[in-house]
Amino acid sequence: MRHGKYGFIVGFLALPLAIYAVFVISPFVQAIYYSFTNWSGLSSDLQMVGFDNYRKLLDDDVFWHALRNNLVLLLVLPLVTLGMGLFFAFMLNVGGRRKGAVVSGVRGSSLYKVVYFFPQVLSIAIVALIFQFAYNPNSGALNSFLSGIGLDSVQPNWLGDPSLALWCVMAVMVWSNVGFYVVLFSAAMSTIPRDFYEAALLDGANRFTTFFRITLPLLWDTVQTGWVYMGILALDAFAVVQIMTVGPGGPDYSTEVLTWFVYTKGIRDGQAGYATALGVALLIVTMIFAAIVMRLGRRERLEF
Amino acid sequence: MSGELSSKDLVDMPTALELPSAQPPVKVAPPTVSGAGRQRGDRAGGVLNVFSHGILAVWGLLVTLPLLWAAMSSLKTDREIFTSPWSLPSSLHFQNWSDAWNTANMGRYFLNSAVVVAGSLFGTMLLGAMAAYVLARFEFRGNRFIYYLFVGGMSFPIVLALVPLYFVLQNMEMLNTKHGLILVYIAYSLPFTVFFLTSFFKTLPTSVAEAAMIDGASHTRTFFQVMLPMAKPGLISIGIFNFLGQWNQYMLPYVLNQGEEKDKLLPQGLVELAVSQGYKGNWAVLFSGLLIAMIPVLAVYIIFQRQVQAGLTAGSLK
Repeated sequence: MRHGKYGFIVGFLALPLAIYAVFVISPFVQAIYYSFTNWSGLSSDLQMVGFDNYRKLLDDDVFWHALRNNLVLLLVLPLVTLGMGLFFAFMLNVGGRRKGAVVSGVRGSSLYKVVYFFPQVLSIAIVALIFQFAYNPNSGALNSFLSGIGLDSVQPNWLGDPSLALWCVMAVMVWSNVGFYVVLFSAAMSTIPRDFYEAALLDGANRFTTFFRITLPLLWDTVQTGWVYMGILALDAFAVVQIMTVGPGGPDYSTEVLTWFVYTKGIRDGQAGYATALGVALLIVTMIFAAIVMRLGRRERLEF
Repeated sequence: MSGELSSKDLVDMPTALELPSAQPPVKVAPPTVSGAGRQRGDRAGGVLNVFSHGILAVWGLLVTLPLLWAAMSSLKTDREIFTSPWSLPSSLHFQNWSDAWNTANMGRYFLNSAVVVAGSLFGTMLLGAMAAYVLARFEFRGNRFIYYLFVGGMSFPIVLALVPLYFVLQNMEMLNTKHGLILVYIAYSLPFTVFFLTSFFKTLPTSVAEAAMIDGASHTRTFFQVMLPMAKPGLISIGIFNFLGQWNQYMLPYVLNQGEEKDKLLPQGLVELAVSQGYKGNWAVLFSGLLIAMIPVLAVYIIFQRQVQAGLTAGSLK
């Protein structure tokens, strides 16, 4: 029996562990090793070069562009997306008014949720392609809409304009992710007991106060998780940048991001060692971000 | 609550934007309201609802408009798309759809994606459930270590491993192959799957499995015939999550599947189509391709929307 148990454990764990070790763990470990070499990726010869790759990184303008863009994404994307998600979720769940119920969702709230979720099930490739055409300066949906309402003089170059390109990319990412957070926050809001709202109403709280004093504190855990998710997305942005922006990477590196930079250096340009150093830099950024979120987000957990 | 907001003030100035407290707070309106109370409730509620619905509907429009625009464009001629992007098609050019399906290899890309995702989804679910079950239900040395090894994978960015992964596959001669992609998809789906299913298996009662063991079932048989059926709700949620993630995956095939044109997956194929049709100015075919790729996913989503929403948000709720 005892033998059977261990045989079973080994039998069940061996294959998943093996696949995981070969395709996930070993590349991660290798990445750290290769970041200290001058490996091109094309041949097998390489020398240890110490921290050369990292030093080179600090002098690389494109790296700083990419890092800056990623940090802007990291700051703006979660704020806007989660903010909109919370706002719509609150509207859906508490915004309605039905006689006899103190708080109620608006009518048709499930229909809204279904529609808002559409972009989430579509491949990011589809979304990026549609918007690439919408942004087209000559015959895209946006500019022809602008001239349609009489703004012939306002015809931005959108993705071709270095000062606008990153915002265009961000708008697409917000557009495709808000629905997820509406659904996520709605689910969390439905677990808040109604008595809390009723008590607040009896005390004369308005909608605004209710949201900030009751809904938001009770949702804090979910908001924090959402923040981490959105942050990971902001540090990625590979598909949107690769598909939508010119270059790819945008005019004047205006939409260059770390993920795309790692790919171009490591696989296209044959600088695998340097690219892995970039990857490690990205890991450090991610860890700092996670630490900040955890630190700022730490507060007493509310049980209800 | 802050002092300056007394309930009296609110009663005195019932504006449209207040919470439903416009009615005298002493009495929460009973289910059947009559007379003046009802009238006022209706009016305030009506304005409130118009306001909420207004904002919600605007976002609904912003979400659907680009999709409808793409659908509409797929039925126009290239000239119409170029000269008047917002007008309705003069006549419906369904020809574009068949062109996209036939000449643009859409059918082929669909099949490739289906093969890869079928394999990887099955593998992810089976291997993930096996590992999670053992980690959730058995005490042994190294249990915690293996669990954290898996779960730790959730927090590392894939791109860090991207370059070495490319060469790992190259050395194993699995670059640009379907089985290579399947294994990679499985490997990168395991962390979240194991994390989710481990906590799910922990919530299941132990008594049923014990009864099966007493009746002489082996561990393996208990797992497949007793535990897996019991874990069905969890498996469905995580299955949907993995399906959408793998079906829509873009970066991994872009980097690891750069072989022949005909072997591309659907998202890659669409981008390929955009590039090639863009040169020819053949936009109608591209929009048709996008529509063909969108419709099945949206259809499945609308049918199973409850499960899909639950599945995708499952991991983030405690």
